Amino acid sequence: MASSVQAEPPRHSLVVRVAHWLTTLLFLALLISGVEIVISHPRFYWGETGNVNVTPLFSIPIPASRAAVPTGYAYVLKDQNGWSRYLHFQAGWFLVFTGLLYGLASLFNGHFRNHLLPVRKDLAWRALSRSLREHLGFQPSATSSYNLLQRLAYLGVVFLIFPLMIWTGLAMSPSFTSAFPATVTMLGGQQSARTFHFFCTVILVIFVLVHVLMVYLSGFRSRVRAMTLGPKTIETENV
Amino acid sequence: MNHSRRKLLNAGLGTVAGLSGLAIASKLADRYGLLPPDSRGVYGPGETLTYASQRLLTRHSMAREFSRDQISIKPFVNGLAFTSDDYKLHEREAFANWKLSIDGLVARPATFSMAELKSLPSRSQITHLACEEGWSYIAEWAGVPLGFVLDRVGILPQARYIIYASLQKGWEDSIDMSDALHPQTMLTYSMNGADLPTGHGGPLRMRVPRQLGYKSVKYIHRITVTDRPEKAWPGGSYAWFAGI
Repeated sequence: MASSVQAEPPRHSLVVRVAHWLTTLLFLALLISGVEIVISHPRFYWGETGNVNVTPLFSIPIPASRAAVPTGYAYVLKDQNGWSRYLHFQAGWFLVFTGLLYGLASLFNGHFRNHLLPVRKDLAWRALSRSLREHLGFQPSATSSYNLLQRLAYLGVVFLIFPLMIWTGLAMSPSFTSAFPATVTMLGGQQSARTFHFFCTVILVIFVLVHVLMVYLSGFRSRVRAMTLGPKTIETENV
Repeated sequence: MNHSRRKLLNAGLGTVAGLSGLAIASKLADRYGLLPPDSRGVYGPGETLTYASQRLLTRHSMAREFSRDQISIKPFVNGLAFTSDDYKLHEREAFANWKLSIDGLVARPATFSMAELKSLPSRSQITHLACEEGWSYIAEWAGVPLGFVLDRVGILPQARYIIYASLQKGWEDSIDMSDALHPQTMLTYSMNGADLPTGHGGPLRMRVPRQLGYKSVKYIHRITVTDRPEKAWPGGSYAWFAGI
């Protein structure tokens, strides 16, 4: 790194830190239970219906936990859907509450406005391409606040992918869609909703991987301290 | 009073208020039928939130119905063929001696033959059968709405759930009265214009189209009306409410 003295970032607000780690835990629970559920039928379809008598849109080349699914593997995994489904929906509920806490607090305390909404001058193409170059060259950003791509990524996850995740999840519920049928027909059918739900998972997993990589590149220790019990105000330390 | 003691007191008061709030909420939820039978335990909070929300939002809504051209050409037969001796005998007799008995909290316990069930007013619907595993198909189902049959035997006011049992050992499930009396909940004996195939639960299958496939139990031969479903759902390892 070019500078020998760097300011350690001050820690985030309490709401951001609590919401961050709750989301981490609940996302992990949703991911693990979601993977378990997918294992019982690792095939994806388009439209309203799909089963082993129908050609899938694509399938994941893994063994399944049901003998009826043709996977090419000679063995069948154990059925884990009972607890997986219980955990999936409970973690989903808790994540919705976490999201509400974070969303309402951020609306009122200016977190969205001040930290996540891109600064107007950053929205020019030149600023965008500079930010892109910095990222591709793995150069640390000069600013201490969130940079443009970071803001767009966080905004996308908070306001696009998470709502889509909830929507596509509810669109698979026969009871919910009985009251709100448009939520599933707009997506092209129940199996399309399931496929969209899977794509959203893939996007979130990529986001988490890039997020952790960025934390590592920008100073793992200080960033984790900022999300836990780091200094309340800016302190300088020798790096 | 110093600052940290006040903080501690506030936290204590907050916890007490929160806990009594939860206790009152759970009492109210129980009174209005918003607590599922598996509302206790580690996953109780999630199940209660799901069930209570569904009952508040979707109590009277109708499962989506489809057009004839959306019927799946090759519906999937789940599970191995049912080959117990008593079932094979029924099959050889073309289910002429298949009986459905109804007991429990009813005024007039009764037993219905297939012919008697088919003489009751019938309804048909083109609905989704979606399995919790992820696959699904659409078929046209015909039969007698469960509510019509329950009217015949006269359910008592304290009835809260109905338990329905398959001839297949270990297959028993239950639904609340809201689903039991729902117009689309049917004792189904026909599929896509023909007698219900044995692989799909013939001669008699419970169809609960607002819930996932595992609530649509095959080979129904007994119904018990009750005020508590105990553990009458698949092993207790799957969620009782499958409307999700």
